[in-house]
Order: sequence, then C-alpha cells, then structure tokens
Amino acid sequence: MNAPILKNGFFVFLFSIYCSVVLAESNASDEIAKYREMISDGNPAEFDEMRGEDLWKKPSGPNKVSMQKCDLGKGIGIVKGAYAELPKYFPDTDRVQDLESRLVFCMTTLQGIPEKEIIAKPFGGDNYKPDIESYVAYVVGQSKGVKMNVSLTHPKEKEAYEIGKRIFTYRAGPYDFACSTCHGQDNIRIRMQNLPNFNNLKDSQAAYISWPAYRVSQGLFRSFQWRLNDCFRQQRFPEPQYASELTIDLAIFMARNANNAIYAGPGLKR
Amino acid sequence: MGNPMRIRASVQEGMTEVKVLMQHEMETGLRKDADGKLVPAWHITELKAVHNGKTVLEGQFGTAVSKNPYLVFRFKGGVSGEKISVNWVDNKGDTRSDEVEIS
Repeated sequence: MNAPILKNGFFVFLFSIYCSVVLAESNASDEIAKYREMISDGNPAEFDEMRGEDLWKKPSGPNKVSMQKCDLGKGIGIVKGAYAELPKYFPDTDRVQDLESRLVFCMTTLQGIPEKEIIAKPFGGDNYKPDIESYVAYVVGQSKGVKMNVSLTHPKEKEAYEIGKRIFTYRAGPYDFACSTCHGQDNIRIRMQNLPNFNNLKDSQAAYISWPAYRVSQGLFRSFQWRLNDCFRQQRFPEPQYASELTIDLAIFMARNANNAIYAGPGLKR
Repeated sequence: MGNPMRIRASVQEGMTEVKVLMQHEMETGLRKDADGKLVPAWHITELKAVHNGKTVLEGQFGTAVSKNPYLVFRFKGGVSGEKISVNWVDNKGDTRSDEVEIS
C-alpha cells in the first residue's frame, strides 16, 4: 500500500519544483519590468540627445556646414518624425538608406569629412563618443511618439525588404546560426534575456521601438547599427561593414515589421 | 563645471519627489583600460540638495555608485514654483550645480 502514496508524493514534489521554477521565472520578469519602470525617468540617453542636437546645429567638418542641411527623407532640415519612416529610398543616392548611412552621406558630402574617418571607429567606447552616435540619439528622439511608417512603394524598397527577409533566415558562421535561430520562435530566452520573435507582430514592434538605447551595463548609448554588429558578433559572424547594404536590408525588414507601433526611443536597456 | 544634470521635482501628497540624473563617469580607480593601465579614480564624493536655504539631502558617494547616477528622493514640504538646487563635488575638485522649479 506504500508504493502508490510514494509515487503520488514524488509527483507532488516534482510539480511543486516545476511551479517554483515557473513562478521564479515570472517573478523575475515582473521584477525586471518593475526595475525598468523605476529607472525609466532617468535615461542617460537624454544627454546623448542633447549633445547630438548641439552638434547638429554646429557648422563642422572641412566645409564648415551644419547637419541642418541634411535631408533625412522628409526634406532638408526636417528631423521631426524622420526616423519613423526609415529606412527608405533616396533619389539623390538612388538606393535604400537607413539613418546611419544617411548620416554618413551628409557628413561626407555636406561637411567634407572623409568616410574612412567616420567608419573607422563608429561606436562609443572609453572616453569616446563619436559624433555620428550623438546624431543618431538626437534624430531618433525627434521621432518619439510618432507612429512607425516604413513604406515599400519604391521597387528598391520592396527588394531590400525581401533580401532582408532572406538574410534573416540565412544560416552561416561556425555555429550555423541565422537571426531566426534565436529570433524565430515565441517565448524563448538566452539565460534571463527574453528573445523577441520577429515572425510575430507584437514582438517585432516592441523590440524595434526600444532601439537605439542607452545600455546601462556598458554605460553608453548604442545605435541600431551597433545592435546589428553585436548580433553578428554573438553569432560568430564576420563583422558587417558599417551601414552597408546588408545591414540596411536587415533594418528595413525589421522596421517595416514594426509598422504602426508608436516609436518610444531612445530606450533604456540593461 | 561638470556636465549638466537633469532634475525633475513634483509634489505628491504633501511630499516633494525629486528625480536627479547626473552625468559622471564615476571611475572607481580599479578598472583597467584596453592597454592594461589603471584608469584613475574619478567620481562624485559629495551630493547636496537644498530647498529654501535648508539642506534636504546630503550624500557621500563612493566607488559603489555607478556611472551616470540616477537618484530619486522625497522630502516633506515644498510647494509648486519653489526652487530646488542640487550640487555635487567630485574627487578632482570639480563641481556642478543645477536648479529646478518644483512643478
């Protein structure tokens, strides 16, 4: 008569462990959400936005021109709402461009800064804040509260989106990873980091509107180009060229999938 | 003069809630840079918040406080329109003072 009771007790024991693990997980993500709420008013990205705005208005480079002459897709000098429509096709360069490639274009053609110089160290580090990242912070901040509206009307935009979609599932590197390996299913995570599923509308929207962001663990503002670069690093892929066509195609795929979400950047991340 | 702070102050149920975001590298002096050299200590040592001539918060920051410190505190009293000033001193003798109106 002891065996059934023992078995019952064993399963109750297993079930309670399962419950505590599941509860621990949901408590952890609740706690993380609480933490995010607590620090949301103290986003150091605001300082990067301020720095970006000051630099934007300053005549710089060998040509001593200010970035206010830059066209981000809504006309020269219009920054408000521009990020919510990027990436898009630009007639003057005859290609689809994201924010960073457009900034590089303006910094080189308008201000006369050599492209090599901009691309050599495009990401922030110890005591180093590249101007381009501050421009990114400023420009994306000017789209806060704006509805994502990436259009696919131009044939090159449609093509870029399709290529981006293919890249997303393209397996490569020593681990045979694709973006979709980590970002292609619902409700999975790496350690305590939840992974958005980019085949799922809500996840795509929530993820895209929270980047670029200030990364607390790194003490730096990180742009979208940085995020793609870091994903490639995590997949053990070769480093992508800064603001290359590959990164723009991926970006338009992800941005378009986030359409109609209200852009909330710059964000604040762990 | 150090980097500007972002201060927000509002009255909630008789208490004034102040949120301060400071810009400071807050180096502990124990970190090494890419070349392996020790990055010298550089962090805020004292923080003070003053309202109507009275000190409402006084703090001694050390190496445990991380970069770009964000602080939220409440004190009794304070009325919309009155000023709060927050100032800090760091170990290099640099200071920063910012003032804001309670909303």
